[in-house]
Amino acid sequence: MKSSFKAAILFVLIAVTGYLAFYYAPIERSMGVIQKIFYLHISCAFSAFVAFGTCFYANLRYVFTREAKSDWLGVSAAEVGLAFITVVLVTGPIWAHPVWGIWWTWDARLTLTFVLGLLYLSYLLLRSMIEEPDKRALFSALFGIFAFLDVPLVYFSIRWWRTQHPQPVILGGPGSGLEPRMRVSYLLMWGALTGVLILLVSARYRLEALRASVEDLRREAEVR
Amino acid sequence: MAVLADTTVLLGKELRTEFRSRELLTTTVVFILVVVVLFSFTFDPSAGESRRFGPGLLWLSFLFAASLMLQPCFLREQNNDTLSALRLSVRDPFSIFLAKLSANTLFLLLTEVLMLPVFAILYNVHILGVFLQLVLVLFLGSLGVAIPGTAFSAISAQARMRELMLPLLLLPLLTPVLIASTEATRALLDANPVLRADWLGFLAGFDVVFLTALWLFGEYLLEE
Repeated sequence: MKSSFKAAILFVLIAVTGYLAFYYAPIERSMGVIQKIFYLHISCAFSAFVAFGTCFYANLRYVFTREAKSDWLGVSAAEVGLAFITVVLVTGPIWAHPVWGIWWTWDARLTLTFVLGLLYLSYLLLRSMIEEPDKRALFSALFGIFAFLDVPLVYFSIRWWRTQHPQPVILGGPGSGLEPRMRVSYLLMWGALTGVLILLVSARYRLEALRASVEDLRREAEVR
Repeated sequence: MAVLADTTVLLGKELRTEFRSRELLTTTVVFILVVVVLFSFTFDPSAGESRRFGPGLLWLSFLFAASLMLQPCFLREQNNDTLSALRLSVRDPFSIFLAKLSANTLFLLLTEVLMLPVFAILYNVHILGVFLQLVLVLFLGSLGVAIPGTAFSAISAQARMRELMLPLLLLPLLTPVLIASTEATRALLDANPVLRADWLGFLAGFDVVFLTALWLFGEYLLEE
């Protein structure tokens, strides 16, 4: 299947889920219409974490197998994850301002998201600062592994410190749960954005593969 | 046990190199002094205010100082390619890291203990009764800075703009250390000082996580 065709399918799917989120799912009682942003916010956060998890897997795989493919996957997942986390960091304050009365608070999940973004920004910066492809792949992979290990530590340190973010409604234990129409909208949005995630990562992966072969060809031309 | 024997020899070498010139120690002490003095202009350092903001600025200055101090750790070995010699001379490459991070922890701890009385005088806080407990917090915190710091010093030594890269890689990762050590220090500087075992345990946990990671992945960090 061509990727433009896949993109077209995803475009329709997102339009449908957007419609469902706004017109099919009921308006939340206490927050009102601003709660609609959650459909995008939470789904993007979920996609970002999947992307960073993939990056960690690719980093580990690179260190042990030294296949260039794992390196390409690592950089693609990190870049796309950073894009998703930016959406999370922008939509979060838009919701928080009317509901909490402030744009930002240094709560566990907010701070974790921010620090996670910073860590992967450093990961991408580090990659741009090492010329030699093998070295770049190895050292950025090692940094990626250390950075990912930091994630639970950041989370728990801030959680013990202070926390204000709403408790998880989905999978949040007894008393939590969603209205069925909301749940359908959430699940579809999750599905659609996971599709976008896969599409973007595979496009970026192909780009990285092309870049690597260009680099190889250039080097071959220089040798001759 | 071979690791420990090698580490002792290498630690001796690290300490000798530093104590011949004392370059790192003097510059770090002066750097922390400058930062601590400059911070005092940003708020009114009365006893109450100092108790609130003092621990944070103290740890921030330690973190910034460490990110500069750890810079030459592996860079120094590049000049005459002594890293290859080191690699050949030890049975387990982990002992290179163990020696370097012990030396770095020691240097950090030494500068911090030197700066503590200066900080206490400038900011009107009482440290005499809790000095030993403070040293314990300083030790666990410095270890937490030195373990990923030593690892990343090996990474940044491979990159361009390495003087900027190390702080960029290290500082976001140290968020948990900053929170835990600041909170533990604040509790000790309080009017009714308490030793916060929970934060100390957290710091110890951080140290163990990254020491294990370094033990598992250290040998890859030394690849050329």
